[in-house]
Amino acid sequence: MLIRYFASLREQLGYESEQLDSSAASVEELIFELALRGEQWQTLLVDNSRLQIAVNQAIARRNTPLAPEDEVAFFPPVTGG
Amino acid sequence: MTIPIHIHVQNEDFDVSAELNKLSAHDKTIGAMVSFVGLVRDINEGQTIQAMSLEHYPGMTEKSLHEIAHEAKARWPLQGITIIHRVGALMPSEQIVLVITASRHRHAAFESADFLMDFLKSKAPFWKKENSAEGDHWVDARESDQIALARWNLTS
Repeated sequence: MLIRYFASLREQLGYESEQLDSSAASVEELIFELALRGEQWQTLLVDNSRLQIAVNQAIARRNTPLAPEDEVAFFPPVTGG
Repeated sequence: MTIPIHIHVQNEDFDVSAELNKLSAHDKTIGAMVSFVGLVRDINEGQTIQAMSLEHYPGMTEKSLHEIAHEAKARWPLQGITIIHRVGALMPSEQIVLVITASRHRHAAFESADFLMDFLKSKAPFWKKENSAEGDHWVDARESDQIALARWNLTS
């Protein structure tokens, strides 16, 4: 699974992207797996109601199913234009 | 019907009149073109902005802009669409975004350009970081942009 982080999330977590050998079956499961890394991860992923998620470059939700080869991205609300 | 849809995500500046000409050059049925240009402001939330940097999600950005261009095409009788969004480092007063819509008549062109900008601001994966004298900070999403989007009854 390829995990990507953007903008403030990328800076706060200190990751731009990573290959993860995960068997998470949903975004929610992946988030709980990542949250085991520490308080910062718990706060920014699990407890963050403004968290935006994309799976394979399409907007997704916490209950979106995942497959091992998926690309998952986490980012804050967008501010382009 | 196939219409020209030009989508570019780039650091380079763009020439509005050249883009207008490019979109209208091969179609004599076009009677109206609307262009919207967004500029970098030098003040935001009371802070003086010295510079700005724009991050995006390569791949998903282009995909989401194509999706909304096709949504606009499905809703209005359009003859062409151009969306150019700049990324990277930008200075106040520089052009940041261009949307052009071409149609036979003005209403479709005006409305669809408005729609495209509302979508882009709330859905396309761009993030602005401002550099001010107080330091660097990420721009917060505005609730008013979500409200602006809601008026188009977007289902997804």
